[in-house]
Amino acid sequence: MSVYNSLDSITDELHKCMKCGNCMAVCPIYKETRQEVGVARGKISLVEYLLAGELDMTEGLADRFSLCTTCMACNTNCPCGVRFDKIILAARAEAVRKKGLHSVKKIAFTALKMQRLFDLGMKTGSIFQGVALKHLPHKSDRIARMRFDVGIGTEKVFPMLAKKTLRSEFPEVIRVNNPKMRVAFFTGCMINYFYTDIGKAVVEVLNENDIEVVIPRGQGCCGIPASVNGDVVSARALAKRNLRAFEKLGADALVVACSSGGTAWKHVFTELLENDPEFKALADKWAAKSYDISEFLIHKVPFKKEGLGRVQRKVTYHDPCHLNRGQGISREPREILNSIPGVEVIEMKEPGRCCGMAGSFSIVHPDLSVQISDHKTADIALTHTDTVATGCPACRLQLKSGVENAGIEEEVVHTIQILAESYRAGKKANTLKKGGITPN
Amino acid sequence: MLAREVLQELVQVLGAENVLTEQEDLLTYAYDATAAMKHHKPDVVVSPLSTEQVSEVVKIAGRYQIPIYPRGSGTNLSGGTIPTQGGIVLSMLNLNKIIEVDQDNLTATVQPGVIIQALNDQVTKLGLLYPPDPGTVTTATMGGSVSECSGGLRGLKYGVTKHYIMGLQLVLANGEVIRWGGKTVKNVTGYDLVALFTGAEGTLGIITEIIVKLIPAPETRKSILAVFDNLDKAGNAIASIIRNKIIPATLEIMDNATIQTVEHFVHAGLPMDAEAVLLVEVDGYKEVVEREAVLVEQILQAEGSVEVKIAKNDQERDLLWLARRSALPALAQKRPTTVLEDATVPRSKIPDMLKAIRKIAEKHRLLIATFGHAGDGNLHPTILTDQRDEDEMKRVHLAVDEIFQAAISLGGTLSGEHGIGIAKMKYLDWEFGEAGVAALRQIKEALDPNYLLNPGKIVRRD
Repeated sequence: MSVYNSLDSITDELHKCMKCGNCMAVCPIYKETRQEVGVARGKISLVEYLLAGELDMTEGLADRFSLCTTCMACNTNCPCGVRFDKIILAARAEAVRKKGLHSVKKIAFTALKMQRLFDLGMKTGSIFQGVALKHLPHKSDRIARMRFDVGIGTEKVFPMLAKKTLRSEFPEVIRVNNPKMRVAFFTGCMINYFYTDIGKAVVEVLNENDIEVVIPRGQGCCGIPASVNGDVVSARALAKRNLRAFEKLGADALVVACSSGGTAWKHVFTELLENDPEFKALADKWAAKSYDISEFLIHKVPFKKEGLGRVQRKVTYHDPCHLNRGQGISREPREILNSIPGVEVIEMKEPGRCCGMAGSFSIVHPDLSVQISDHKTADIALTHTDTVATGCPACRLQLKSGVENAGIEEEVVHTIQILAESYRAGKKANTLKKGGITPN
Repeated sequence: MLAREVLQELVQVLGAENVLTEQEDLLTYAYDATAAMKHHKPDVVVSPLSTEQVSEVVKIAGRYQIPIYPRGSGTNLSGGTIPTQGGIVLSMLNLNKIIEVDQDNLTATVQPGVIIQALNDQVTKLGLLYPPDPGTVTTATMGGSVSECSGGLRGLKYGVTKHYIMGLQLVLANGEVIRWGGKTVKNVTGYDLVALFTGAEGTLGIITEIIVKLIPAPETRKSILAVFDNLDKAGNAIASIIRNKIIPATLEIMDNATIQTVEHFVHAGLPMDAEAVLLVEVDGYKEVVEREAVLVEQILQAEGSVEVKIAKNDQERDLLWLARRSALPALAQKRPTTVLEDATVPRSKIPDMLKAIRKIAEKHRLLIATFGHAGDGNLHPTILTDQRDEDEMKRVHLAVDEIFQAAISLGGTLSGEHGIGIAKMKYLDWEFGEAGVAALRQIKEALDPNYLLNPGKIVRRD
């Protein structure tokens, strides 16, 4: 039974918890609030009281369940192996079944389901965003701050919407000579609408490795924002839409460059669709061939080392929770970075500590999100690097906002962008060499 | 329910943001880490920011006769922070500053909400150490561990919390603030209230500041693991190490049931048929450690260990400790409910105690795995059970009774490091007799005549 269908699915998980409180040592929210309700043990108890009938599903209770970034640090530190991420997702789904979805989220998730309307909105947004957002001059990132407070403050630094979405910039199939493989690229919303530079780097690197890239037009939101907030109905609809879109074009493998997207394709779709035999089979099939881009380039098709040019960067790597603890991928991005000539990797104190973004968490709890982010920013500052690499566009947003507000000169990019940069540098060096000029 | 004026007064003193009254919050303070305990919802949770605020809260509670339950991280294993009579939970977590580290006097002054590990992170940078290291070192507060007098793995050589508490600032039951002890090594002025309040479980007063003793951190350490096919041989080996004038920093034991569970869990390479494994660590100056490690190895071999391993580097050391560190997690995953006891005996009686526990387990058809701090006689018989199984829980309670009887009959004590709280209150007269319990009660009533401070713990009101 999946966590999205019934609270009963997690009773065993609840019984495993012995209330030792070890989760307190690692919970980013608890470290800020020091209130028991912030930590896994507190919310596990609340779910137990709810199941025992001692507590009703109130709006107050649903609010408490929103206090989790689903960073899974507590899972890793739990001596009893409790999967708290499952518990919180089940609790939130139950809250939506009983109390309905928060009205703002309802509008947002409905929009995500209506892809064309969403696209139009985003396009209109890209033209008129200057009304609400004040552009900040920056060398590599198109970023801005809110001009007025809509409830989340005006400090947060946002990326500007791209003029053209990633998916409109490429044909559906990007061919190469003698392809060794056909790979489908799930872009995810942030890469499609905001961080098209990440998406372009993915295509560039795959093409460089003689891989044909397919970007199905029919794809949409991964549905994670809906499923983590308990809106199972929307999440399920989105899962089906994406499965249909990818099935239509077919591919040997699927890559993502976003930790939410990876989680969705590898785990969530099949859990959401467990009662739908036809789609469950499809979800399983695609789950088995879904890869994070760094995972793909290390384990599936080892990326070309020849042709890598020099990239002069001091880089520190931030582990996105849903890539690191969610998918067990932390070695791969570092391996990529370490193989790029000129890149020096300097680890920060706690690279796996949550950045506090957590999607809609940062909108519902803006102050808490910033407090959590401040620890990350301080750790980054101590590395004295010039670049933060990460594997998730949402983390990139949060990290950028953090370093920008702290006045630290630091570029925040996806690992794959540095690899693309290296291939580009390699080609340039090669051209120069052919032209008889020795690069310095 | 509290009267409205009480809440108003609390909000006036603390500010609304530090007073929790909604039941979704209150219910998360109804329990602590103790297994199989009934929970009790407090009426209000307050988080003071200063000693003065603590004093004001105590005065309000006194005026309205409302019980106060001081609380740190709620990681204790005695039911010590459960608000059995409702009232006020006093969360000390916002008093979390390390006020001073004094390198000349080798002391640190901290507020009670400081996490033990946070103190150690700070003093390690200066080459110093605060030795008490309970299993909850990364989560428990200083105030909680002083109140419970926590022990840990280093008890044999370094002692326990009470050996490191030099001074306290306290709020008494009448709201008065007093200071006792200080930075001096010697201090015989008046009764030793610092000793009395250490381990008092918050029943006599509320700790608002703590002065602790620090020691120079040992230069290096070395770990040795020894496997035994016979419990008595393991027991003799423990005694023999001490007889040879070696005091290891840690001397841990795991019994067969623990070994089997741990081995399934982490595959650390322990022989499944071993009756006991000892894990020894010596620390100090490099030269001393080298010498002691060899001596320990020789002693273990002479006492009939079938296999002795010395860790050659940090990596090997971590591997040896993996098994011990995994003991509780591995056991905890085996069954849903984990009842962890801490009956303690003189170290010479360890083999007798282990055998007694095994007999009790057989008699009540229970799975009891035992591991613990053999060097200081503090064992953790761990009953793996399921709270939902009523029949089995009955047998668990009988077994616990018998474990305590066995410990006391061997010259030991009910609790080595977890405290009495609610969980062991009913056994006190087995150890002290009626007169002893009456003496405890007189002390309680002298300092807290109206039973307002953590009532229902250690001593019951007649």
